[in-house]
Amino acid sequence: MKDQHGMTLIVKTITRISVWLILLYGFYIIFHGHLTPGGGFAGGVIIALAFLNYMLAYGRGKTEKWININLLHDLESASAILFLIVGIIGIALSGTFLANWITSGKLFSLFSSGTIPILNIIIGIKVCAGLFFVVWTLSIFHIEEEAD
Amino acid sequence: MVEIWLIFLLSIMIIASIVAIEVKNKLSAIITLGIVGLGTSLAFLFMQAPDLAIVQFLFEIFAIVILVRAFINPKKHQEEKSGMNKFLAVCTIIVLVLIAWQSLDLLKALPEFGNPKMETAQYYLDNGASETGSANLVTSIILDYRAYDTLGEVTVLFTAILGALAILRVKAGKSEEEEVSK
Repeated sequence: MKDQHGMTLIVKTITRISVWLILLYGFYIIFHGHLTPGGGFAGGVIIALAFLNYMLAYGRGKTEKWININLLHDLESASAILFLIVGIIGIALSGTFLANWITSGKLFSLFSSGTIPILNIIIGIKVCAGLFFVVWTLSIFHIEEEAD
Repeated sequence: MVEIWLIFLLSIMIIASIVAIEVKNKLSAIITLGIVGLGTSLAFLFMQAPDLAIVQFLFEIFAIVILVRAFINPKKHQEEKSGMNKFLAVCTIIVLVLIAWQSLDLLKALPEFGNPKMETAQYYLDNGASETGSANLVTSIILDYRAYDTLGEVTVLFTAILGALAILRVKAGKSEEEEVSK
């Protein structure tokens, strides 16, 4: 795995197309978490794997241009606070922590079940950013090790 | 029918884990470990838990990528021959057989497969959709009835990633400084 140059042209071309499909599937899993199997956790891992796929094919330099790593770091920390804020709004409006303070809506429709989709999206961002960040840091660590 | 498939899967997983210990090549060992994880994912699918199956499957891929990344360097990880103490091995086997023999009575007291003794699960099945408005019952449990648990899970993930970053960043930062000084 040469990090600076990435893999062959065949892998790069296929990755260029397939990354978007994987990302779309990840977003679908997150947004439909309250309707179909899956949810924030599974969708977040799929998106992290899409980024990982890009990183394995193109190398670290190009990934750094494509994804804003600092933004990802901030999102990872912010989503933990957002989860708490949603819970505290529940205290203000309904009296209990993490209460479902939005009306539940119609069963089987996309905009239904109150705070559940919001929490799904927050968890998706958190898992995606966190897991990708671990791999990112591991790759930095590995390169320095090889240089020694 | 499901039980037969599960026994089949479990035997494959046991064989794979034994092979993973015994095989010499590191890459083969990691791939056989992957068979164990995918077997778990299939077992969840047979027991009609697609949510768990998806997460297990994805994490297996993730774990294999990280394991290959970490252990593929032959210079850093060298094999050491382990001498087996025969007396200790016999003692371990005797203790394990004793524990298994004693726990046979306990296994009979377990509730039947698919018939839990708790009433909470039945309450969720009956009222989950009408109370939360979520069609996927698993999500309605983890993000509404048991949202507090999910908050704990998020905290655990946050802390684990923070710890990993803290350890790895110190080493990466050190060598960057050395490069600058050179």
